[in-house]
Amino acid sequence: MAKGIFVFAEVKDGKIKKVTYELLCAARKAANALGEEVCAVMAGKGVSGLAAALGEYGADKVFVAENDALDKFTTDAFTNVIGSILQEQQPSAFLLGFSIRGRDLAAQLAQRLGTGAASDCTNVEVENGQLVFTRPIYAGKAVVKVSIPEARPAIATIRPNVLPIDAPAAGKTAEVVAVSANAGDVRQVIKDIVLQVSSRPELTEADIIVSGGRGMKGPENFPLLEALADVVGAAVGASRAAVDAGWVPQSIQVGQTGKTVSPTLYIACGISGAIQHLAGMGSSKCIVAVNKDPEANIFKVADYGIVGDLFNVVPILTAEFKKILA
Amino acid sequence: MKILVLLKQTFDTEAKITIEGGKISRSGVSMIINAYDEFAVEEALKIKENLGGDVTVVSTGGDGVQDALRQALAMGADKAVLVDPGTDDVDEFTTATILAKAVSGLEYDLILAGWRAVDDGSAQVAGRVAEILGIPIAKLATKIDVEAGKATATCEIEGGTEVIEVPLPAIITAQKGLNEPRYPSMKGIMQAKKKPMDKKGLGDLGLDAGAVAAKVKVLSVSLPAARAAGKVFDGEPADTAAAVVKALREEAKVI
Ligand SMILES: Cc1cc2nc3c(=O)[nH]c(=O)nc-3n(C[C@H](O)[C@H](O)[C@H](O)COP(=O)(O)OP(=O)(O)OC[C@H]3O[C@@H](n4cnc5c(N)ncnc54)[C@H](O)[C@@H]3O)c2cc1C
Ligand SMILES: Cc1cc2nc3c(=O)[nH]c(=O)nc-3n(C[C@H](O)[C@H](O)[C@H](O)COP(=O)(O)OP(=O)(O)OC[C@H]3O[C@@H](n4cnc5c(N)ncnc54)[C@H](O)[C@@H]3O)c2cc1C
Repeated sequence: MAKGIFVFAEVKDGKIKKVTYELLCAARKAANALGEEVCAVMAGKGVSGLAAALGEYGADKVFVAENDALDKFTTDAFTNVIGSILQEQQPSAFLLGFSIRGRDLAAQLAQRLGTGAASDCTNVEVENGQLVFTRPIYAGKAVVKVSIPEARPAIATIRPNVLPIDAPAAGKTAEVVAVSANAGDVRQVIKDIVLQVSSRPELTEADIIVSGGRGMKGPENFPLLEALADVVGAAVGASRAAVDAGWVPQSIQVGQTGKTVSPTLYIACGISGAIQHLAGMGSSKCIVAVNKDPEANIFKVADYGIVGDLFNVVPILTAEFKKILA
Repeated sequence: MKILVLLKQTFDTEAKITIEGGKISRSGVSMIINAYDEFAVEEALKIKENLGGDVTVVSTGGDGVQDALRQALAMGADKAVLVDPGTDDVDEFTTATILAKAVSGLEYDLILAGWRAVDDGSAQVAGRVAEILGIPIAKLATKIDVEAGKATATCEIEGGTEVIEVPLPAIITAQKGLNEPRYPSMKGIMQAKKKPMDKKGLGDLGLDAGAVAAKVKVLSVSLPAARAAGKVFDGEPADTAAAVVKALREEAKVI
């Protein structure tokens, strides 16, 4: 019988991605309720040193596949390697982050293993001895609970930044199991990688996001938001209007056709709060809006609204945050 | 170059969602081509304009999906294929199984799709179709170049982009930024009425309900709790900004 809740341990730039800890903590709770083990699956080159410490977050075992062909992420190599681990271990469930890589693998693996997958989930619970996944659909305008009653493993991708990370059990190590990694026939050839250099956190994992819209009036004013972002350690986001005007890159668009984010604090500056924008940030824990129009829709979802000209308000916000964080 | 586009008809992004009989109601909702699939159609038309060939749009869904397919034909696609799944109980496995079967009866060098549907988007269908067909996939493309036997796509990755080359036939999924979709011209709309629309059922593809049965079971559908109204500060920026920062620390405790 299929057993064990498996988790994809995602490594980026030699570090474990935060969503991995969120997955492990959720898996641990579910596994305790079901009387199963928690195992992480890690693939890459030079990653095995990161494995044992996953025990602190609840992993009993970590399967590590290391191979030169896994140095760069490709859909084929990672699907082949992780697919064969899952085929051999026969877990009851496999959880991944709804990150670019996590959701890529989830789709390929679900089909290869002939199973179902619940995408972009915001909760995992155990009900009547099975995993139940909660997923917002229709851009958060509805919520559906689903299960995968028969096919195994039940696969799910979990939205980053939503599930809690429990205090780590310092010093607890997981058993590390090295597995052979046959990357197989890799058809994606990576010709070039261009990374934007940024000292700010990645948008989907940031605790705080400062976002600007059409009210910013031009790219020359975004440094105003960047200054605020740097004081509070935030990432910078934008509405589609700011992206389509060419002021900021597509990669920072928040919304239905951009990133879905769930930070602790989202500060919207000069953003009207269109339904498609709310779709991407409506699950933020606390929303602050700065807008000169008291009727702006963003005030309907904001926990704290400031009616005013952002060009006056934002520098004062920055100064006030600096005071309390000093 | 024979290009297929997987096209899903979705709810308009402005649509208000209501639940009837435990299901999301379609009544009174205007339907559109999934935003990312529009990029895929546009890209297919551009490649055809450069290299010659034809573009077929493929969908699975009810009869109403013809509207979305006609719109793609009006943009310039040549043919449409629509498979009725014959049931409402569909998941990503169902959809991908049907699409892969429909596609395997057609000739193709390149398949384009959206990276995600904007409604119940799982971001799974294109990847699953690639697995079933045994062809390579590149996801989240913002630029695509096609040459004899291969495609090169610039794809979004976390923190940047990468350039991926795949041998053809392959599937590539579209991300926003790929292009600006054209509007159908009056002439295009007229011509679309005469273009072929091939309607099929599961049986025509050699499938039956069992072969496509959903793996995911819906337990409940509900509307999310509305966010409680917050506090709005109006006044001198020096006061309002200070008050909000104080509230964030002392009341919301988020900073
Ligand atoms: C299919 C589809 C998908 C979409 N996807 C997205 C998406 O992913 N993300 C997204 O954001 N949008 C999306 N949109 C677009 C969305 O409908 C809105 O057009 C967009 O969000 C508006 O951006 P905005 O709020 O910056 O601009 P506007 O709506 O123009 O609002 C600007 C706001 O700035 C305020 N303002 C102006 N000057 C100042 C000032 N000096 N100080 C303070 N406030 C000021 C104004 O009062 C106004 O409220 C989508 C639309 C469609 C149809
Ligand atoms: C609670 C719930 C209830 C549902 N009920 C119904 C229902 O009653 N009736 C119903 O029809 N569906 C229903 N669905 C939707 C169904 O699960 C999806 O339509 C299907 O699985 C496609 O997946 P997706 O929307 O996640 O596409 P994604 O994987 O996000 O789409 C990616 C790309 O795949 C392609 N693609 C996806 N779907 C199609 C398609 N149908 N035809 C052509 N290309 C496609 C497009 O290129 C698209 O951009 C329901 C979903 C949920 C979550």
